[in-house]
Amino acid sequence: MSGTRSSWPVRLIKGFAMFWWDFLIGDTPELFVAALGIIGVVALLRIVLQWNGAAVVVLPLLCIGALTVSVRRAQGATRKK
Amino acid sequence: MFAGSVSSGVVILVVAVFLASCVEMVEALTIVLAVGHTRGWRSALEGSAVALVTLAVLVVVFGPAIVRVPTGTLHLVIGAILLIFGMQWLRKAILRSSGLKAMHDEDAIYQKLVSELKAAGTPVKRDRLAFVVAFKGVFLEGLEVVILVITLGTSDHRVLLASMSALVAVVMVGVVGVIVAKQLSKVPENAMKMSVGVLLVSYGSFWTGEGLKVHWPGSDAMLLVFAVLYAAVTWLLVAMIRRNETALAERLAP
Repeated sequence: MSGTRSSWPVRLIKGFAMFWWDFLIGDTPELFVAALGIIGVVALLRIVLQWNGAAVVVLPLLCIGALTVSVRRAQGATRKK
Repeated sequence: MFAGSVSSGVVILVVAVFLASCVEMVEALTIVLAVGHTRGWRSALEGSAVALVTLAVLVVVFGPAIVRVPTGTLHLVIGAILLIFGMQWLRKAILRSSGLKAMHDEDAIYQKLVSELKAAGTPVKRDRLAFVVAFKGVFLEGLEVVILVITLGTSDHRVLLASMSALVAVVMVGVVGVIVAKQLSKVPENAMKMSVGVLLVSYGSFWTGEGLKVHWPGSDAMLLVFAVLYAAVTWLLVAMIRRNETALAERLAP
């Protein structure tokens, strides 16, 4: 390392970006991707196809699915260790 | 800001912010107590106070500013953030309850920090290290609460109510923490984290749907339906993992 230190605005921006990265993605990128997927599917159902009933049912089911997949993924990773 | 009757949405908002603030405050208090006991109280309390003021300024500045964002976009962004954050909390709580992840041990964290701070040399009267460690501890733990206060508060136009709920939690944990001192490990942190996770995913689902123009049957009574549904799923996932792990352990046993 050269030991050069960034200016404080650069460090502030880097710190801010790192905070949001850790906050939203961190060690569970699958949940971030799942949330984007849920928004996409519900937008398709509600805004494009105008199926409100389907959107009401699908949104919580996709959340449950995302959570289950993430938990099972963690369980698998723990077993490998 | 307090307009309208007390709905399920308001109750869930107050409970979610209160419990989340309690959890984060316990974690922050562990750091402040470790700093205070090892390097003196003056700098530890100064660092904590400056952090709390900075957090309050963030709420005052960003709370009203975010309200100006168009409602549909605001609900969608807030819903997505709450959904991701809530699922992260819930996942962690499920893994801890089912034994796949170690419980958050405040005693161990306290002891580790104390030994690190002692190794850093003799404290001085105006201790920069104590100030910085206390400030960072309170600020970083509190930042999550600020995001919850702003997102939950602005989505329901109740920033003041959300702020008051967080403030009550901060004062309550602070007072109780000082009285019981090193018994913070007795706080049922994981159960609280699980409850907050359920409530945040419920809120996240609701506001994501609102942002996408979904008409929920029963309006915000749907929040309660979500809370019951996600609580049941959480219980099932914990039970399922425990059963799987027990079966695996029995198969591997000689």
